[in-house]
Amino acid sequence: MLISLATSLTATAVTLLAGLAAAAWRQNRAGAGAALVDGIFILPLVLPPTVVGFLLLLLFGRNGPLGKLLLQFGASVVFSWPATVIAATVVAFPLMYITARAALEQVDPHLLQAARTLGASEARIFREIALPLAWPGVLAGTILSFARALGEFGATLMLAGNIPGKTETIPIAIYFAVEANEIQRAMAWCAVDVGISIALLGGLYYWTHAQRLRRERWGQH
Amino acid sequence: MVALEVQIEKKLAEFTLEVAFHATETPLSILGASGAGKSMLLRCIAGLEEPDRGRITLNERVLFDSTQHVGIPARARRIGMLFQHYALFPHRTVAQNIAFGLRDLPREEQSARTASLLSRTHLAGLEPRYPRELSGGEQQRTALARALAIQPEALLLDEPLSALDTHLRGQVEAQLQETFATYRRPALLVTHNMEEAYRLGEQLLVLARGRVAAFGAKEEIFRRPPSSEVARLTGCKNISRAQANADGTLEALDWNCRLRLANEPGQAPKYLGIRAHHIDFPETANEAAQEPNVFPCWIARTSETPFRITLFLSLDSQRAAAGEPQLQAEVFKEKWERLRDRPQPWRVHLTPQSLFTMPA
Repeated sequence: MLISLATSLTATAVTLLAGLAAAAWRQNRAGAGAALVDGIFILPLVLPPTVVGFLLLLLFGRNGPLGKLLLQFGASVVFSWPATVIAATVVAFPLMYITARAALEQVDPHLLQAARTLGASEARIFREIALPLAWPGVLAGTILSFARALGEFGATLMLAGNIPGKTETIPIAIYFAVEANEIQRAMAWCAVDVGISIALLGGLYYWTHAQRLRRERWGQH
Repeated sequence: MVALEVQIEKKLAEFTLEVAFHATETPLSILGASGAGKSMLLRCIAGLEEPDRGRITLNERVLFDSTQHVGIPARARRIGMLFQHYALFPHRTVAQNIAFGLRDLPREEQSARTASLLSRTHLAGLEPRYPRELSGGEQQRTALARALAIQPEALLLDEPLSALDTHLRGQVEAQLQETFATYRRPALLVTHNMEEAYRLGEQLLVLARGRVAAFGAKEEIFRRPPSSEVARLTGCKNISRAQANADGTLEALDWNCRLRLANEPGQAPKYLGIRAHHIDFPETANEAAQEPNVFPCWIARTSETPFRITLFLSLDSQRAAAGEPQLQAEVFKEKWERLRDRPQPWRVHLTPQSLFTMPA
């Protein structure tokens, strides 16, 4: 259970930062190149998780370009805990990217231009104007990413395998429990999964509700 | 003493923006119909858009020069811009909005400057409010204070009154006039309303399809528009094609009459015009008999505003009957009360002093 939580939370945090960075980068660009990058960013959402897992295995495996590089530092990620994080991050990333981009595009460009004439740097504009105003959308993306990371199965199994106490996330534990005909264990894990989800979504609901009360004064919902 | 000098070209979807002008410490109104390129011009000066060619300098500082590949980014131009819909940051209070551009200053100076701006723009007491909790006029003043906070070397205002209710405009106009009076740096004001342009600017630039149709002192442009286009944009309702006669009089081809002017017309005027409120209706036959340019006229229709009447009239009875007026006159209601029951035709007086000619 702790493995699953740690994996999902780490993957969500990485996704949040990477998704925001990618969305911000994409905001001021147009053209065929940017559209191609768009496609690559969104690809993990479209491909079956097993395909993503297989591609990651090729990339990080002993003979893969990234695997070789890591090996030089004496590290190997395949079938280790970081592998669960990588798999969950890659699979959750498109959801974060799409929602963050949509949220940032909703921000009135005149506000960003006004900030520019007032001498603000692009980084400050993003931090103090674009991000706070796009926050509800970014938060929605974060929730989606977390949900996707928590439920991640296929790519994780391919890249991280099922090593109890190391890479055994809840969905994988459930799968192997059912396969071994240990229905009681599978049901217990299901209950844990439902519990985590309800607790997190409930917490988020109360938090966003409090935020919304403040936002009403800004004229946004 | 030229402070802001602009000479730029930029290709737009419908036409090419091609302007050259300069501004000193007196406010300059930029008048033009919607889509004439006014806002784009301001955005180029502010650095939010890049012209294709040209040069922009502000107090000897080169902001843009296409031949030297200079393009100072907006954040370094020190130009205050007031956006049409104010673009206030909705998640920041009035005080935080005004102080946005002051972050690099020490804290005490930030609050001192904010406080002084709040009182100058009559916003004291509203510091903790969010933009949504302000009236339109208060939002406008907040945006103005925010733009002035960075002590800009030039101020650009994009249709500052268009988003306001009529009853607020006078109040906001007074605020702007007050600001201009103490600002004494180039201030450019874009508007499609000729009365606003006249009241708020000293200098006037008329923009038509991306080109400068007139540029100079506002009184001169309104009194003697350099072209029929400028005459129309400055609100002249009566424009006729003209042809010079050998005896120095002018034939008004669209009004079918021969007119005498106060001065000899310049070389081959193509158009002549008279403003609606300059058209006079002599009330006694005596008064009429001694003057040139007096014609019988028929009223085709009228249109009423609270204090004035617009009369659509024709110099021949058939046209009037067919509802094809040639001239548009404006008289106060008091005069209309005295005139209305007279039998037609009336007499209309196109005084030579009020007529003006245009070469194009």
